[in-house]
Amino acid sequence: MSRRVVVTGIGWITPLGHDIEQTWRRVLNGESGVSPTMIFDAKTFPTTFSSQVKDFDLKKYLSPEEYEEHKSVSRQAGFAVAAAKMAWKNAGLDQFGALDRTHAGIYLGGGEGPLDFGNFAKAAIEGWDYETNHLDSKRWAEVAAACLHAETEAEQDPNMAAGHISTLFGLEGPSFNTLTACAASTQAIGEATNMIRYGDADVMISGGCHSMIHPLGVTGFNLLTALSNRNDSPTTASRPFDRTRDGFVLGEGAGMLILEELSHAQKRGATILAEIVGYGSTADAFRITDIHEDARGGIAAMRMAIQDAGVSLTDIDYISAHGTGTAENDKIETKAIRGVFGDHAPNVPISSVKSMMGHLIAAAGACELITCILAIRDQVLPPTTNYENPDPLCDLDYIPNQKREANVRTCLSNSFGFGGQNDTLVIRSFE
Amino acid sequence: MPDLAASFANEGTEAIMNKKRVVITGLGVATPVGIGIDETFDALVEKKSGVRRIEAFDPSSFASQVGGEIHELNVGDFIFKKYKRLAKVMARDIELAVAAAYLAIRDGGLKSKCLVERGEADAVNIDSTRFGANIGAGLICADLSELAEALSKAAENPEDRGNRRFSLSKWGEAMRNLTPLWLLKFLPNMLACHVTIVHDCQAPSNTITCGEASSHLAIGEAFRTIQRGAADICICGGAESKINPMALLRPALWGRMATNRNDAPAQACRPFDSDRGGMVVGEGGGLLILEEYEHAKARGAKIYGEVCGFGASQNNSNWFKPQADGRALRIAAEKAMADAGVKTDEIDVLNPFGVGTREHDAGEAAAIRTMFGARTSQIPVIATKGAIGNNGAGSGAIDIAVVVKAMERGVAPPSLNTDTLDPDCDINVIRNDPIDLRAKTALTFAGAMSGGQTGALVIRRIES
Repeated sequence: MSRRVVVTGIGWITPLGHDIEQTWRRVLNGESGVSPTMIFDAKTFPTTFSSQVKDFDLKKYLSPEEYEEHKSVSRQAGFAVAAAKMAWKNAGLDQFGALDRTHAGIYLGGGEGPLDFGNFAKAAIEGWDYETNHLDSKRWAEVAAACLHAETEAEQDPNMAAGHISTLFGLEGPSFNTLTACAASTQAIGEATNMIRYGDADVMISGGCHSMIHPLGVTGFNLLTALSNRNDSPTTASRPFDRTRDGFVLGEGAGMLILEELSHAQKRGATILAEIVGYGSTADAFRITDIHEDARGGIAAMRMAIQDAGVSLTDIDYISAHGTGTAENDKIETKAIRGVFGDHAPNVPISSVKSMMGHLIAAAGACELITCILAIRDQVLPPTTNYENPDPLCDLDYIPNQKREANVRTCLSNSFGFGGQNDTLVIRSFE
Repeated sequence: MPDLAASFANEGTEAIMNKKRVVITGLGVATPVGIGIDETFDALVEKKSGVRRIEAFDPSSFASQVGGEIHELNVGDFIFKKYKRLAKVMARDIELAVAAAYLAIRDGGLKSKCLVERGEADAVNIDSTRFGANIGAGLICADLSELAEALSKAAENPEDRGNRRFSLSKWGEAMRNLTPLWLLKFLPNMLACHVTIVHDCQAPSNTITCGEASSHLAIGEAFRTIQRGAADICICGGAESKINPMALLRPALWGRMATNRNDAPAQACRPFDSDRGGMVVGEGGGLLILEEYEHAKARGAKIYGEVCGFGASQNNSNWFKPQADGRALRIAAEKAMADAGVKTDEIDVLNPFGVGTREHDAGEAAAIRTMFGARTSQIPVIATKGAIGNNGAGSGAIDIAVVVKAMERGVAPPSLNTDTLDPDCDINVIRNDPIDLRAKTALTFAGAMSGGQTGALVIRRIES
């Protein structure tokens, strides 16, 4: 008998707030976390705005001793540590002395830490030989060795957040980091669920963290023309499923969940927030840049997750869409939902909280799954904001602009990554 | 300390119903000593070193100037004609993964889309929807020359080296010197992305980014995926190149590099040797074909061995320094053995990471001694880094391919430069010359030098 996996704790740091209730309240109010970019001077970039975490202070989440030990974290790993602390406490694990730490692990979708761009650029231009037009690696290494910091460089590896969090809680169980672009934290939660289901662990911290709001991150997405250029109106720039959408809005943050084997949670009297019942993961195997036009990968991932959950299509009360706000994603995701749900598709409420939070990249899936858990708790669905102009290619119910009260028992959450990575989770109220 | 082995007595994945057996049916490696598993294995047995002075760029002002570099690898040889235009958006790490994938699929007798497109097979013999990928990747450093050239266009006072200053406001325009697809060259999941496109793998696909532990964790996860029936075949392992200026500089900042043998590159990396002084960088890719046992039998595949146990753990003492007692390695290894249902006295060949730093090697040796006690001196240990260096995410899969090949051939290669075994590393490292190996069950493990993630696998030989 497959073991059941429940969520017993949640925590997040998002552009809309630093705790569960604040972010959730603002999501339900349809508020935007988007503003001109302040982390660096982006005024000459094609996109000058982003969805940033404001006024974050890691000290608030750690004891002075813990802070001293972990203060070297990168920006995104700091978000991760804070969100993990929040989730750990929310799950009551800070009060539980009997945890078997060899069976408690972590599975993150952690992004790479931001490059130390100022020093990196300094070394690059000082190492550049303008006469011969090539990089003088001898000169580069002299400058780079002098200006790059050992600690800052070390914290850039994508698995460092998992290392910090494991050390913080003393975990010795399985420890993984996946980085499948925008699908990473949904994939992490799915794989962590399987680890508990099939006996590799009893408790897993799972989720994701990312910040690509740095000069090279924005450069990369701007070159791909993936970002919205609506520089004159940042708060209305993220417009998933709207006909005038012109790209996604880059966000940052972290979302963390405590996943636990059901009897383990019950034995220690934990409050159960929801049950993870289904997971599907596929590869498009099509192109590095485009999604397969028939949406075959997204369809297969959703079907796999629904089948894994053992629920019927009419059981799905809400879809938390990947809904990035790029022309292609929203059109093909709509096609995928139609492909899976057929004639029932128009009856299923769908929204994209990226319209308010922006796209948290590797952290997106985890934060969106948390909104599903809160939707189940409060029996209310978050809206897709900035939805003004219907698109004939996106013709489903996107919960436009206003939250909606509803009976919410089972939710499906999609994440699709660059490179054709498709991941879907199904989550249900615990009964 | 409580007995770890006893605490995992009930370890395992009984919760998987109708658990499938998983076998290894293909090996693909690209290493500094050979392109292909037989070429690599022969070179290791012949004690050839792939570590030389770095040629890809001038290393003369780096602390360590040597590395395991692959000089002859043309990615065009491993893809099909229509795909060749995409070779220009492949970082070196992607090229290595794509090469290893082709080699593994060929070795496994599989007829993928790529082989059909190349005219090497008449029809695909794989169900794409049951063919997955799980590929470990490193922190892929952007091609420094390409990026530096673009950055150089955003400098103020470029003519005056002492007063050059990077201008972010000029960068908004200068960034256009990069190719539009620039970001896609360097995302870690692009290894799996290209491999899944080239060979048409549509089943679960993942990218594990856990440094040196990536391959073991990716293979372990692929093992579980097939065990529970979510795929029939999985191409898994990892690839990484550390032959670039950033990857050569960063570990030097952390004091991990061998720096005193720049004049004798082939002797620089000395796993478990008394005189070892650190790691050397390398590049390489290793991918294995894991396959459900009945599926492999039905198609008459050559079966190298069975993956029979997996364990994972985390160094919870420090995310950046190894544990002196190798505790996390032991937890992973004990879990893998319990999962496989084998006792320590059934393990007859060992494969630690053996990177050549004082602390990492000593921690691994301590873990082995604690687990195997008096038997330690009888179990041969295969260590490869002396010959090929540390290529991070790809290292584990290359090691496993070598171990599997050693069990098949009945001979195991020596660890280069383990001339005088360090008394602190009192394990039975195969030294000086190859040995005859009669081994049935191997234990292999690796831990991320940065991050502390740890994975272990138990592999059993199957007589074909």
